[in-house]
Amino acid sequence: MCIGCSHCMRVCPTEAIRVSEGKAHLLENRCIDCGECYRVCPTHAITVEQDDFSQIYSFEYRIALIPSVLLGQFPDDATTEQVAQALLNLGFTSVIEVEDSVEYLIVKLNEYVRNNPNKPVISSFCPAIVRLVQVKFPSLVDNIALVRPPLDLTASYIKSTLISEGIAEDKIGIFYITPCAAKIVAIRKPEGEDKSEITGIINMDFIYNRILREVRNGIIPPGKTMFDSRLSPRSYTWGLTTGESSHIEGRCLAIDGIWNVIEFLEKVENEEVSGIDFLELRACDESCAGGILNPGNRFLAADAIRKSSGEVGMWSIDSVSPKNKDYKRRVGNQSGLQPLSPRSMLKLDEDMARAMLKMKRVNRLMCYLPGIDCGVCGTPSCLSLAEDIVQGNGSVSQCVFLQKIMEQSKLDPSHSFRIMKKVWGENRFKKDCDKPIRNK
Amino acid sequence: MHFEYRVQGGDFVRAGQASSQVKKILKQLNVAPQIIKRVVVALYEGEVNIVAHAFQGKIYIDIETDKIRVILDDVGPGIPDIEMAMRPGFSTASPIVREMGFGAGMGLPNIKENTDRMKISSVVGVGTRLEFVVNLKE
Ligand SMILES: Nc1ncnc2c1ncn2[C@@H]1O[C@H](COP(=O)(O)OP(=O)(O)OP(=O)(O)O)[C@@H](O)[C@H]1O
Ligand code: SF4
Ligand SMILES: [Mg+2]
Repeated sequence: MCIGCSHCMRVCPTEAIRVSEGKAHLLENRCIDCGECYRVCPTHAITVEQDDFSQIYSFEYRIALIPSVLLGQFPDDATTEQVAQALLNLGFTSVIEVEDSVEYLIVKLNEYVRNNPNKPVISSFCPAIVRLVQVKFPSLVDNIALVRPPLDLTASYIKSTLISEGIAEDKIGIFYITPCAAKIVAIRKPEGEDKSEITGIINMDFIYNRILREVRNGIIPPGKTMFDSRLSPRSYTWGLTTGESSHIEGRCLAIDGIWNVIEFLEKVENEEVSGIDFLELRACDESCAGGILNPGNRFLAADAIRKSSGEVGMWSIDSVSPKNKDYKRRVGNQSGLQPLSPRSMLKLDEDMARAMLKMKRVNRLMCYLPGIDCGVCGTPSCLSLAEDIVQGNGSVSQCVFLQKIMEQSKLDPSHSFRIMKKVWGENRFKKDCDKPIRNK
Repeated sequence: MHFEYRVQGGDFVRAGQASSQVKKILKQLNVAPQIIKRVVVALYEGEVNIVAHAFQGKIYIDIETDKIRVILDDVGPGIPDIEMAMRPGFSTASPIVREMGFGAGMGLPNIKENTDRMKISSVVGVGTRLEFVVNLKE
């Protein structure tokens, strides 16, 4: 339950959260689904929707599409085979790794980077980054690689394979086990695609407990191999930091952590950096090992994945080329994304003359606001309050400093109290010895 | 709308601040990304030229609904031969400046390419004024 503590509002990289009536509210068009708010919420009021598990039974062919970070969650408790067997026990009819398409993707991505004049090419892998660019760096939208991420490519491939085996499309259900909210939104509201091939979503933290129970209860003996991993070592580590960048030709950089990414994109946008061919950008620290739905520690997970990538047994270079040929044949003409469009959150108005008037008003307001970004007005910064006011979504009296000044002349103290209650809710002003306290 | 920024010669750490600010303003005004890019590139090159070649300077920005006008005024050595300075590859950048990754002699030509009007006036030993205009509507 949201208690209006405003922790989320303070960490949101796109200033998409406001507090009013004692609760946090999301400005949807600014949200990029990075999950920073989820990490800091002390009451777990922010939840990530998932599809009902039992829906998998509506399909005869129930495929669990698992990212390698899932396997990284069980560094000491379960082997890959055990995890896969657990998923089969839980009701899936087969288990396939998300990174199945990576070898083919490496070819496509290198082709793209070689031929695209908009440098640096920005990876389309992390959906939160794609959205970040759309809302905050609209001039870089054309730099995003119009190449479908491994998840979608693998899903299309699976579908194509099953269909050619004579299985009707409506009997196939592909379920993705997700480490993050960004991937969920990318599936429900894809950018650059009309419709996702993924049938449903299962959250990592939900399935984790079930897998662990199967393994712990000894239902699956270790060493039982119903499942054989078909991944090359570099496919296996694709979701980790440098997973992509180390396999793209030219000068490539890998940056993880949303704030690090923002800092760097500012420089790219100003053309202060040059000579970079490819940017692997990931919203989470330690990339997908740090996804918000992962129950395990991100450093241990990343380490576990790196370790087991070295142990991938069945793989040889000779197996890659027929596989890539098959990928090319089946999904070669589906490997691209449609052009993406900018969705700038920064513009004050569509019309420039009106935007200019609004900017003048914002600047004038900033002369009076104290500039300390205390957040007591229910917005993340003085500037955001000024912008809210100009857009008709806020009022100067929300600022405690201006209230103090106004109290000296016209504002009745009991009225100013009412204004604060409107932002923070009644309960904020009552004694409460149980409020969650954030330890730094 | 009018904005002013100061630039300190030799301060490479802060070079780019004005262009960063102007970029934010133009985004808020809903100027097309491709045009913002041109303004930012031109302004950044002008800013760096003050940092690299002059002592100190001021930047004056005027934004109207159809165009942005930028004046970069500096106190510095001036440019003896403007035509020569405009040639791609011409540079008098010091070794220190080159070490910072500048000095390819591409700044002024780049400004010319990215603006709709550009003018340089300079008095040797006194300073340089660079003016440019970029139309904001395609
Ligand atoms: N503000 C200025 N004051 C004095 N001299 C200048 C100024 N701006 C440019 N110049 C002269 O003009 C030359 C060419 O400038 P230009 O910006 O094209 O190249 P650069 O600054 O030397 O290198 P680059 O911009 O590629 O890093 C400079 O080397 C310098 O001699
Ligand atoms: S880095 Fe990975 S886990 Fe994190 S938001 Fe991006 S895709 Fe999701
Ligand atoms: Mg220069």
